[in-house]
Amino acid sequence: MTVQEMLSVIEPDGGINGYDPKMSNEELLHCYRTMMRVRAFDDVALKLQRAGRIGFSIPNRGVEATQIGAAAALKKTDWIFPSYRDFGMALYHGVSPVDMMHNMYGNAADSAKGRQMPVHFSFTEPIKFFSISSPIGTHIIQAVGAAYAMQRRQESHVVLASFGDGGTSSLGFHSGLNFAAVWKSPVVFLCQNNQWAISCPSSQQTASESYAIKAKAYGMPGVKVDGNDVLAVRRVVGEAVERARKGGGPTLVEAYTFRMGGHSTSDDPTRYVPKEELAKWEKKDPVANFERFLAKKKLWDPALGLKIAADSFAEIDAAAKVAEATPRPGIETIFSDVYRDVPQHIRRQGQAAFDLAHRKGDASAGGGAFPL
Amino acid sequence: MANLTLLQAVNDGLKTAMRTDPTVLVFGEDVGPKGGVFLATEGLTKEFGEGRCFDTPLSEDGIVGAAIGMAVNGLKPVCEIQFQDFIFPAFDQIVSEAAKLRYRSGGQYTAPMVIRTPYGGGIRGGLYHSQSGEAYFCHTPGLKVVIPSTPYDAKGLLLASIDDPDPVLFLEPKALYRTLKGEVPEGKYTVDLSTLRTAREGKNVTVFCYGAMVPVCMKAAEQAAEKGIECLVVDLRTLLPLDEEGVIEAAKQTGRVVVVHEAPRFCGFGGEISAIIAENAIEYMEAPIARVTGFDTPFPNTLEHHYMPDDRRVLDAIERVWSY
Repeated sequence: MTVQEMLSVIEPDGGINGYDPKMSNEELLHCYRTMMRVRAFDDVALKLQRAGRIGFSIPNRGVEATQIGAAAALKKTDWIFPSYRDFGMALYHGVSPVDMMHNMYGNAADSAKGRQMPVHFSFTEPIKFFSISSPIGTHIIQAVGAAYAMQRRQESHVVLASFGDGGTSSLGFHSGLNFAAVWKSPVVFLCQNNQWAISCPSSQQTASESYAIKAKAYGMPGVKVDGNDVLAVRRVVGEAVERARKGGGPTLVEAYTFRMGGHSTSDDPTRYVPKEELAKWEKKDPVANFERFLAKKKLWDPALGLKIAADSFAEIDAAAKVAEATPRPGIETIFSDVYRDVPQHIRRQGQAAFDLAHRKGDASAGGGAFPL
Repeated sequence: MANLTLLQAVNDGLKTAMRTDPTVLVFGEDVGPKGGVFLATEGLTKEFGEGRCFDTPLSEDGIVGAAIGMAVNGLKPVCEIQFQDFIFPAFDQIVSEAAKLRYRSGGQYTAPMVIRTPYGGGIRGGLYHSQSGEAYFCHTPGLKVVIPSTPYDAKGLLLASIDDPDPVLFLEPKALYRTLKGEVPEGKYTVDLSTLRTAREGKNVTVFCYGAMVPVCMKAAEQAAEKGIECLVVDLRTLLPLDEEGVIEAAKQTGRVVVVHEAPRFCGFGGEISAIIAENAIEYMEAPIARVTGFDTPFPNTLEHHYMPDDRRVLDAIERVWSY
């Protein structure tokens, strides 16, 4: 198989070819439910954003199989250095939608205390889902550092670094793959080639014949996989994970897929995505693809699909309501966590801001003294 | 006790840290078998092996980015950027990532790490081996910026920086690497960050300085003393987080202030010191605050000795504020 050939496992009739990743029924249904919960999260988040309840969200539609197939290949002791479009990886490994919604609302229960824009998640449990920042690609080289620590301690854990086609143009991609190959790092680099970096099509992102082939220049294996086929992604990422776990070094996996929604709730993709492209990819919908397979295995029928969709929506909607009812963070959260200890100049500023808020009767000043 | 140069003190500090803490790693360009272009890391690979002191590809972004990942996962990286002039590819990793990680993750992820780098002029290195870029980094909440000026402080501040739970940029004045010797205790000791050092007592003029400007200011202070002007010379040591109360106190003691740094004047650290004093101690001031700095130009090569503040320029400013 060359890097130009793309592995698919699920066939058009729902059967599978010889590359079955051999997942248990329980795992298969967990993947399916997670895909549906991602969809529900997107639906709820979009409604909330359009209603002005949250400022921003990122749609995952079209890339669910890539996210969840990759997540399914990891153990809970592995680390994920995610992109901002990896909701499915967090949900797959048991991150609670309530915690995700607290972050979307940036309220007092948000682990980031309201400091970040929505979708910039950070979790340490049930899996290490590394804090997301907005600059593109910076996490890719950081993933290699985290993997170095695993090598140093002779652990058998693996790091998954996830990024888009746009991310491959970043400085962090170059440093990350270069260092990882030299260090034989236990890292799987997952390029989610969804064809769009906001409005920049893949054809303008690189002149390379594929993203997978870039691996060769760095000295590591590169593999291309059908990103709309959750079993294929699970298979390919699984192989890369096992290679890394056994000390075989890093792999670049290119998941070939399509971003069915916009870049974010602030983006209108109809301005630049050709309608024919969307129509073509609608036929390859990753959830429908998986449903055909599950149906053939008698694990799914349309009634079950509807039920899971409804349950997922109810679950996420309930999570949103919990977050909505949670108050904003206190004003002191602006001034804490800059350093572990609060230096005098920051404490003074915080006190002044607190006093002013108090004088103006602002609720964020809370009831008592300035807590820092 | 040993009589060491500032460079040897750094080397001793690294060895001490690596002997006492197995999670400390040293890496960067040419720091391994070569021992660093200034020999700051000499002997480390030999004593601790390539797993703990090693060379990286030529990528400042990679060095700092990898350090962040290591720090997040239980190691204590002490990475080196060969010259501060080359740190800019890593600026995004330092400013956007290391400095903001604790804040943006609510403390779930933190980056306790040290970036060591030689800074400042004095070796005829021209534009790209002489810069003093501390101002860029002092403008970064979440980062710490530390600059020793003596061998004792170099080792003590380095060990404190390595112990610090937050990311520290440790700027080493290369002009002082081999020109200064001082008593340095063996084994581990620390000098607290965010504390000033009084290099010389005096009641007439306060001179704030750091790095390679400290010996320059001491020389100017001696010459001023011959003219009957007693200078209080204050070595700032940690620029961020600054001991602001200490600065205000030292300014109030004399009411006449000179601030000295190699870095260009405009938007230099001297502006911050001046503003802090103006905001908090204006009624104590007997004269305008004087800044003696590098010029607002890139760093020239042949005429480097004109660019860098020397004892004559500092003495000139001391006399000016004294006679105002």
